[in-house]
Formats: sequence, structure tokens, C-alpha cells
Amino acid sequence: MKSVIKHIFQRLCSKILLLLAVSFLTFWLMHATPGNFFDSLRLNPQIAQDTVDRYEKLYHLKDPFFSQYIHWVINALHGEWGYSLYYNVPVSHILGSRLYNTFILSMTSLLLTWSLAIPLGIWAALRRNQWVDRVLSLFSFAALATPGFYLAVLLLYAASRLGTLPLGGMHSPNYDDMSIVGKIGDTALHLVIPAVVLSLASIASLQRIMRGNMLGVLRQQHILAARAKGLPEGVVIYRHALRNAFNPLVTLLGYEFAALLSGAALIEIVCSWPGLGSLLLTAVRSKDVYLVMSSTLLASVLLIIGNMMADILLTWVDPRIRYDNQN
Amino acid sequence: MTIKINSNSRTQLAFASFRRNRIAMLCLWALAVLYGLAIFADFVCPYAYDDENRDFSYCPPTPVEFRDHGQWVNPFVFKRSLTFDAIHRRVYVIDPTQKYPLHFLKGGRLWGVDDPGRFYVWGADARGRDLFSRIWYGARISLSIGLLGVAISFILGLLIGGIAGYYGGWVDASLMQTCEMFMMIPGFYLMLALRAAVPENFNSVQVYISVVVILALIGWASLARIIRGMALSLRERDFVLAAKTLGVPDIVIIFKHILPQTISFSAASLMLTVSSYILAEAGLSMVGLGIQDPIPSWGNLLSDAMAIVPVIFAPWILLPGLFIFITVMCFNVVGDGLRDAFDPMFRD
Repeated sequence: MKSVIKHIFQRLCSKILLLLAVSFLTFWLMHATPGNFFDSLRLNPQIAQDTVDRYEKLYHLKDPFFSQYIHWVINALHGEWGYSLYYNVPVSHILGSRLYNTFILSMTSLLLTWSLAIPLGIWAALRRNQWVDRVLSLFSFAALATPGFYLAVLLLYAASRLGTLPLGGMHSPNYDDMSIVGKIGDTALHLVIPAVVLSLASIASLQRIMRGNMLGVLRQQHILAARAKGLPEGVVIYRHALRNAFNPLVTLLGYEFAALLSGAALIEIVCSWPGLGSLLLTAVRSKDVYLVMSSTLLASVLLIIGNMMADILLTWVDPRIRYDNQN
Repeated sequence: MTIKINSNSRTQLAFASFRRNRIAMLCLWALAVLYGLAIFADFVCPYAYDDENRDFSYCPPTPVEFRDHGQWVNPFVFKRSLTFDAIHRRVYVIDPTQKYPLHFLKGGRLWGVDDPGRFYVWGADARGRDLFSRIWYGARISLSIGLLGVAISFILGLLIGGIAGYYGGWVDASLMQTCEMFMMIPGFYLMLALRAAVPENFNSVQVYISVVVILALIGWASLARIIRGMALSLRERDFVLAAKTLGVPDIVIIFKHILPQTISFSAASLMLTVSSYILAEAGLSMVGLGIQDPIPSWGNLLSDAMAIVPVIFAPWILLPGLFIFITVMCFNVVGDGLRDAFDPMFRD
């Protein structure tokens, strides 16, 4: 257990270094953007000149590029993430709720994906080359080729025709008057379309991988041995085959998370889900430098956390993986 | 006496096995048709992509008539004009007295009708531009951008992956850390952040180039990692040792002996990258950060559909998405077919 913690700590350190590099990259990109962001801030009559002066001093905007970056990092570490031109508030005031919304959406689709893809994969493997398998493989091909944003538009269109599901957003207009249960139900109803769209492609790919793994394991000797000693088929499959077929999937969880976050951004925009992705779009459109930087960085942090969780989970489900005797 | 040995190289075997894969061949042909239509858009489309007529906003597809007073005649279309119904919805009413004959091969275009008649094969968009024409002109952008982006990513991936895998050690470590840095930012976020650095006053060609570069930058890292893995195992092989012993310089070994070996194996992942780039361009253009109107691309054609209201009374504006779907599906199937063909495990 100690070695696992040490391993995680090591990885965390290297990730923090990488995160610093990512922040430098985004900072450089923002710096390369033509037009000074604070010029337009100064021209905005709604913002007091004092505020602009204060921020100009805080971010050392008169300094050379590298010194600006160092000061940005120091400020960021102090929780001072910069000032949003578009929303007229410090960036840190907006990010929290947006992060939470993206997290809800990603977690729901992750749950949906794993609870559906694994059983479907097993089913397809056990009925190999029968009609179930064929239908599922056709579905996979179609789902992988369907652009998520397009599917979202189609579903929103269908919902507008049927009138059963809300057309985008996260809450109904009368959300504040609802009881706790009503609030949860309302959010869940708004979650249906984005979560389904987001999960569909990952269900398709994960189901194919699960099927492949299961078929691979079923060909192995220990399954033959288990069958030869007369174990019931259910025990052979669910106790001896399933676990081995499942383990490699956990490594995928990290990648899955990356794809999910990236996919979520576009779906959020189409379904007007108030998450990190739609925030970034607004920020990029309005050239809101600090908002762009912070949301990009935050998305990277989410990705790292996802990968780390997959790492820890892997050591937990697969006892063969140990970190102490690695070079 | 000479003995003729009939032997096939690995690549020849792979292509022979690919040709036997009927579905993959079908998809390859479908792609050929799509690219053909894009290349000959000037000929196939009745209008130029920016030929607009505001009197025909969201005009539904024009029905072509073949019979007139019970007689078979040359195809023609009726005049249609815009009116509003009781609740102020657009209605296009047919005027049976005014007819416009459909003409073929006139003015370098396959088909069309003379002004003031309008011929909308798949309906019109908000500005009364022919969607059919815009789809095929847009195909030029959407279909080329993926290929160009992948070409750049692949060159970057080959160079960096090849060098990292061949030299190993700290070169490998530092290059792979750079790759990891790019992979650590979720793709769409990286795309938007890169887009933020693009000046707003770019003209359409510059925008096109910048989108290609943005696409190339999001995917090169994973390609570099795949190629690095292959190079890592290839450099242990005897032919590399032989070349080294003969004093061949490293750069020649990488370019002449290692990289050519990786190309056939990475063909499948290249196809999948093309389809992911086509999707990425569509997403970027749809949210208004990619190719800008009036230049059409399949992505920005869909941006009207993001608001639900136009879709309700003009559902044909959803059509570009269908072509994205078909293209991506075909690239995926061809990619899968190539992987099966090059992978000896699957070979019969």
C-alpha cells in the first residue's frame, strides 16, 4: 500500500510540472493574441479606472512577458485567477458552479456508459455472431460515426415535437420555487438529452472492447479447465472469465474521461448546459483572457484527476499490478 | 534458366485482403463519390455557394414537374412566391401560370433554371441560398481540411515519434513529456484555446489555414506516441543493427529504414484521425469559430440548426449532418478494414 501511495505521489509531482507547462502554453497563446485585453477594459465605462489600475498592478502588465507569467502563477496560487471582462467579476466567482455542472454531466454519462456497455459487451460475446451481436456491432458503427452535436440537435428537435423533455438549459424557469425533490427531478430531466448523447459513442466503443476482451478470456486455458471440471456455465463466465475481461477496461477509464470532457464541451454548447465548455466558448468569443486560461487549466486538472482515479482503481481491481518492484 | 518466383510483399498481401472486404470497398467507393462531387462542385451545383435571394428564405425543396395538362413534357418548375399565413408563418405558394424549364449543361453547370425562377434541390437556407450547392461547395472545405490536418499531424508524429523511439533516453523522455502536455488538455478545450490566439481580421484563406493548423496540433501527440512505440521495437531489429554497423548515419536509418515500416501500420489510425478531424472542424465551425460564412463548410451549415426554431419549419437544414455522418462512417469502416488487412492475426 505504501508503494502505491509513493507511486501516486511521484505521478502527481510530474503532473504538476506538466500542468505548469500547460499554463505556460496557454499564457503564451493568450499573450500572442492581438489587442490588449486591458485596453478594452479601460474603455468600458461600467468599470472604475481604479479597478483597472489595481489589476494592471496585480498582473504586472507593464512587465516583460516572462515576468508577467511568473506573477500570474503566483497570483493563481493565491486564488487570484484574474478578472473576467465579459462577466465583470473575478474569474474564481464563476468557475466553481460551472465546474460543478460539468462534473454532474460527465459523471452521469460515465455511470450510464459503464452500467450499459459492460453488460452489452458480455451479452454480445456470449452470443457471438448471432443476431444480437450483429445488431450491437451495427449500432456501434453507427453510434461511433454520429457526431454528438448533431445527435443533440436531432434529439432537441424531437423533444420540441413531442414536448416531453426540456429544450436545453439546466433548470426550469420556476426552479427556485421547487422543493428539494422537485429540484433534483427537474435537473435530472434536463440532464437526459446531454447525458444520453454524451454516453452513446462511449457505450459503443466500450461495448466492442468488452466483447473483444471477453472473447479473448473465454479462449484461455483456465476457462477450459473450469468447464472440464464441470462448473456450471454461469460460474465459469461470471466468476472466472468476467473479472479477467474487466480489468483491462479500467486503464481505459482515464482515456474515457478525456474524451468525455472534450465531448462534453460541445454538447454543453448545443444543449446550453451551463458548464465549463460553454463558459470557454463565451470566453474565447469575447477574448476574455483570464477566463480562457483558467477554464482550460481547470479542464486539464479534471483530466488529471480522472487519470489518477483510474490508476488507483487499477491497483485495487488487479492485484497483479504492483509499483514497488518497478525500475 | 531462370526461375520466376511469384511472391507478394506484405503490403501487396494486405491490399489483396482489403479488396476482398466488401463493406470496406463499398465505403471506399462512397468516399470516392463524395470527393468527386466536392471536386466537381462547380459543375454539379445549380448555383454558386454565395448566390443568395432573400425573397426565398427557407424555401422548401422545389418539386420538378414532368407532366403538363396530362402530357409528358421536358422537366420544368413552377414559379413560387412567398406569402404569410394567418399566424405569420412563411408559405410558398405555387403559381401554375408561370413555368421555368429546367435546363441542362448550360453555362458550365449540370442543371438549373433561368432567373427569376429559383431551383432548390434540397431547399434554401435563411438567405435563400441553395442548400444542395452549399453542401457540395462545403464538402470541398470539410473533406479537404481533415486530410490536410492529418497530413501535417502525421509528418509531425513521424518525425517526433521516430526520433524519440530511435534515440531513446532523455530525447525520448523529453519529447514524450511534450506529447503528454498536449494530451493533457481535453481536445476541444485545446482547440478553443488555440483558436483564441488567431487574429480576428483573417481572410477566408488564412482562417482555413489556421483551422488546419489547429486540427493538426490537437492530434499529432497521440500519433507520435503510436509511432514512437513502433520505432522503439524496430530499432532492436537486425536490419537496423546491420545499417548501424555499415556506418549509415542515424538520420538515414530513421528516414529510410524505420519510418517506412511504421507507415503501413499506422494507416488504420490515420483513417480514424481523419474522421475525428472532420468532426472537430464541424464542431468548431458550428459554434462559429471555424470557417466563416459565406464560405460554407458542413459545420457552419449546421450552425443555423443550433437554434431549434428554424429546424421546425425548415428541417432540411439538418442535411449537412447526414453527410458528416456518412463520411465519418466510411472513414471508420475503411480504417477498420485496413487494420484487419495489415494485422496478420486477422488474416485468413
